[in-house]
Amino acid sequence: MRRLTAAAVVLAIALALWPRGAGADYLVADLSKRRIDITLGFAGAEVLLFGATDTGGDVVVVVRGPNQKVVVRHKDRLGGIWVNREWMQFNNVPNFYYVASSRPLEVIASQPTFAGIEVGLKNLRMTPGDSSQGADADSFRAALVRVKQHEGLYATGSGQVNFIGGRLFRTTVSFPATVEPGPYTVEVFLLRKGNVESAQRWPLFITKVGVSASVFERAHEDPALYGLVAVAIAVMAGWLGAAGLWKV
Amino acid sequence: MQVYLPIAQISVDVFVLLAMGAAVGFLSSLFGVGGGFLITPLLIFIGIPPPVAVATQINQVVGASVSGTVAHWRRGNIDFKMGLVLMVGTILGSTAGVNLFAMLKRAGQIDLVIVLLYIVFLGGIGSLMLAESLRALLRRRRAPGARFKLHQHTWLHGLPLKMRFRKSRLYISALLPLGLGFITGILIAMMGVGGGFFLVPSKIYLLGMPTAIAVGTSLFQTIFVAAYSTLLQSIETQTVDILLAIVLLVGGLLGTQVGARIGPKLQGDQLRILLALLIVGVWVKLVFDVTATPADVYSLDVLMGPS
Repeated sequence: MRRLTAAAVVLAIALALWPRGAGADYLVADLSKRRIDITLGFAGAEVLLFGATDTGGDVVVVVRGPNQKVVVRHKDRLGGIWVNREWMQFNNVPNFYYVASSRPLEVIASQPTFAGIEVGLKNLRMTPGDSSQGADADSFRAALVRVKQHEGLYATGSGQVNFIGGRLFRTTVSFPATVEPGPYTVEVFLLRKGNVESAQRWPLFITKVGVSASVFERAHEDPALYGLVAVAIAVMAGWLGAAGLWKV
Repeated sequence: MQVYLPIAQISVDVFVLLAMGAAVGFLSSLFGVGGGFLITPLLIFIGIPPPVAVATQINQVVGASVSGTVAHWRRGNIDFKMGLVLMVGTILGSTAGVNLFAMLKRAGQIDLVIVLLYIVFLGGIGSLMLAESLRALLRRRRAPGARFKLHQHTWLHGLPLKMRFRKSRLYISALLPLGLGFITGILIAMMGVGGGFFLVPSKIYLLGMPTAIAVGTSLFQTIFVAAYSTLLQSIETQTVDILLAIVLLVGGLLGTQVGARIGPKLQGDQLRILLALLIVGVWVKLVFDVTATPADVYSLDVLMGPS
């Protein structure tokens, strides 16, 4: 243990003496928490991101979480009934995506700059996979983003990063109750004159804990027993209900 | 008060769930239907993923059927022999239904087939029931106290393998309840419901069972079918949410109490009209759903696992 601490101290000193990389220290920031617990009472959560820059500039914060495969389906009217017809699969679709910035994105930098760092709904690199014949990728992609926005999982406008006294900044990220457990990333970019000067990135884990975690575990690790318990609980509850009737 | 459901992975208001559970308990004690055909769409409406809604509500049906069965048993409303014959048919039917389900899923239209099945069955049963019970009501008004035939004799009563069902006051071919059970089994596997909404009216109108016996026997049989489905869902899909089931069950206990007190005060005819109206109501909503222009013609389907 002591040896490990010593090694850490040596490493810290070495890092401090190292010649400065491309502006690594223009930006310092941190999160109020690195882990969000989903308990029985979970109804969404907020994470505070705060930091400082050396001399102002624009700050953009991006939060995204577990990538998924999503199939987008399009309904058509067929003999008076709406039927799913065309479809297209997309890979690397973040379940949750949120962007906050100190000023509107279009004022901060040009479109190619943001495309490079995957900032903004237009710049999400969701890759189309299999699809039905003749499905138009652009309209399916637009529909995917629209539905996600409607579900409150994709940020609709640019959220606000607030500067305090020109150098300190802060922003609050809220996760809705429907948020998917899994690994998330939080990125902060410092931009000046349309260029990315500095960036920082953290992992953020959203995990089930306590009762909700153990219920989930049991259901997946011991499904037969879980099913039997579910039936037993139902039978008991039903019996109790009937017993209640007996007395009245 | 919000509670996070571990399998559904969403947090919902406990009181909304309690109210929904109560509605189902009320229906099941009154009509002998599990209420699955109503609760599943409601659960989906408040944001529970459809597979979890289907699997969990079938678990809740177990509880609702147990309390309903006990209540009807005391009143002597269960024809155990009939129940067992039906159950054999149901288990055979659900095995066939599971295969049919997989086939349609591969073809990519399972959702629509399910809704269309609902529309056909609910529409047929609902309108038949409504017409018949209205007719019965009018007839009784005209000739109070007159006795009517329990049921009409048709070619169905000429089938072989005759069996006597004392409780139901029937002497019919065992093939009838077997076949009825078989169809119910297919419906259970395909639609994820207890099948009571189909079974109860069929018993009354096709087999000619007295309403109260049809309700009690259906509840008795549903216990086993629903328990079997719950187990199967837990093992195959892991979509049974125990917490959601418990909240629905607690609500159900309240609803059952109310239903059991109101039930005896209503007459068979009135009960049937109410059930018919309910079925027709659900039918209207389903027809509206598939024919009205959707809010967004696009929908998302998240595939399992990370990409």
